[in-house]
Amino acid sequence: MSAPLAPRFSPPPLIDWAGIRADFPLIAGQDLIYFDNAASSQKPKVMLQAMEEMLSHSYANVHRGVHSLSQKATDQYEAARKTVARFINAADEAEVVFTSGATDSINTIAFSFGEAHIQPGDEILLSGMEHHANIVPWQLMAQRKGAVIKAIPVLDNGSLNLESLDALMGPKTKLLSLVWVSNSLGTVNPIPYIVQKAHAYGIPVLVDAAQAAPHMPLDVQAIDCDFMVFSAHKMCGPTGLGVLYGKRALFENLPPYRGGGDMIDRVSFEKTTFQGLPFRFEAGTPHILGAIAFAAVLDYLSNIGLGHIEERERQLSHSLRSQLKADFPQIQLIGTAPDSVSVVSFLLKGHHPLDVGVLLDNQKVAVRTGHHCCQPLMDRFGIPGTVRASLAFYNTEEEIQRFLLALRKTIHLLR
Amino acid sequence: MNSTMHNTAHLLEADFALFDSWEEKYEYLMDLGRDLKWPEGRLQADSMLIPGCQSRVWLDHAFQNGKIEFFAASEALIVKGLIAMLLKVYSGQSAADILAFQPDFIGRIGLSQHLSPTRSNGLFSMLNTLKSTAIAYQNA
Repeated sequence: MSAPLAPRFSPPPLIDWAGIRADFPLIAGQDLIYFDNAASSQKPKVMLQAMEEMLSHSYANVHRGVHSLSQKATDQYEAARKTVARFINAADEAEVVFTSGATDSINTIAFSFGEAHIQPGDEILLSGMEHHANIVPWQLMAQRKGAVIKAIPVLDNGSLNLESLDALMGPKTKLLSLVWVSNSLGTVNPIPYIVQKAHAYGIPVLVDAAQAAPHMPLDVQAIDCDFMVFSAHKMCGPTGLGVLYGKRALFENLPPYRGGGDMIDRVSFEKTTFQGLPFRFEAGTPHILGAIAFAAVLDYLSNIGLGHIEERERQLSHSLRSQLKADFPQIQLIGTAPDSVSVVSFLLKGHHPLDVGVLLDNQKVAVRTGHHCCQPLMDRFGIPGTVRASLAFYNTEEEIQRFLLALRKTIHLLR
Repeated sequence: MNSTMHNTAHLLEADFALFDSWEEKYEYLMDLGRDLKWPEGRLQADSMLIPGCQSRVWLDHAFQNGKIEFFAASEALIVKGLIAMLLKVYSGQSAADILAFQPDFIGRIGLSQHLSPTRSNGLFSMLNTLKSTAIAYQNA
């Protein structure tokens, strides 16, 4: 008798997705179809509880008081930093700076890196699918410093033209700042490959992970990026909080972006000296409550498992994509890159996205319409904008079916 | 008080009141939008674009015999419908009447959700532009 064959694939773990949906008070048991997660995601009860707990028992300013309550708050705030560091596998929690959001994080690096390293004629490389938040800060810096902005072109299917990389990278290229997952198209860019390529030219890389962090496991050491930014509110955390990760070697020598309390070592009117990482980049009282609530959310997400979240969101968005493709000849998908997650962007041929959005809204479907803060990308496709459905792990296949029905009715009303 | 403006507004209200469902209301609104035509031969320039709308909205006017006639266009059908509704009431009126008129009928029709200044359909911005145009001709 032969030995039983080992199964080639382990069966998927049983995750109680219905129970997880029930953790989100705003959508649990509601008939609202919330497909606007790329704009901001809904919040789990654990976040509310963490906020209430903190405000009820351990709230005070951090890094300042000798009194016990301030110490308690400081311990929790610094523990939150450790949680973030663990979540992204940073080598050292001092490499994690809390900001007000991904936009603020990019502005910080654009300013500080620009001050330290950019000379007239130097180049910053971006891509044609960047959010305005990863374009405008660099333009502001480039205007100040006389630098030049270049962009990796986007192919017709919404992926990057990787063949152009060698031509775009050279001795003048001082930094590459690139989106991991496109907020408008859902395209997942091959970040590890691109980072490796840039490093071969000696170019440091900032990864805009605002739309990646909610959907997949992050490992800054494995990716080997020099900076990574993301926002808490897009991954079930609070608004007004973001993360700026920087590899120590490069990060700790950058000058501060904003001055204020907590970021100084010693101040006199003649000369001020600054703290090291991470405090140098956290001027003023930070979003203490937000950081602590975010840590609770990250524990919650880690408990589900980012790998499981990614798998489910890929399944859901693939299901939506393939049904739109198969059953809706009037729909044109914008962005059909082989690798994508969460976001499904489309146009109803002959109709403005706004009309589609308003008629869906009347059927309790929340989607985003417009240019998604990516006007250069919309120009690239020659369109005013798209209708964007963006899914999260707490969405369901049943919602996708109801969404498709609402879309049918929308098409009927617009005929 | 200008009775023409009030009468037109009442007629629009009565038309919309014929429909019970939101679907029919929007179908009627979009029909109004389909009927909104930019005058043939009239230049449609970027300088006529109204800010604050996701779809592009052009608004132009002509002043004749003390009345302001408005012309508008948009890329989005629902926005065109909202504009068409406004122009039915506001176009061809005097500056003083335009400034005195309160557009309460939009709320009574059940479309007031489109009037919020933070909605990205431009209706709020459109109303403001109608009024600021009227202000420019107030003493004309």
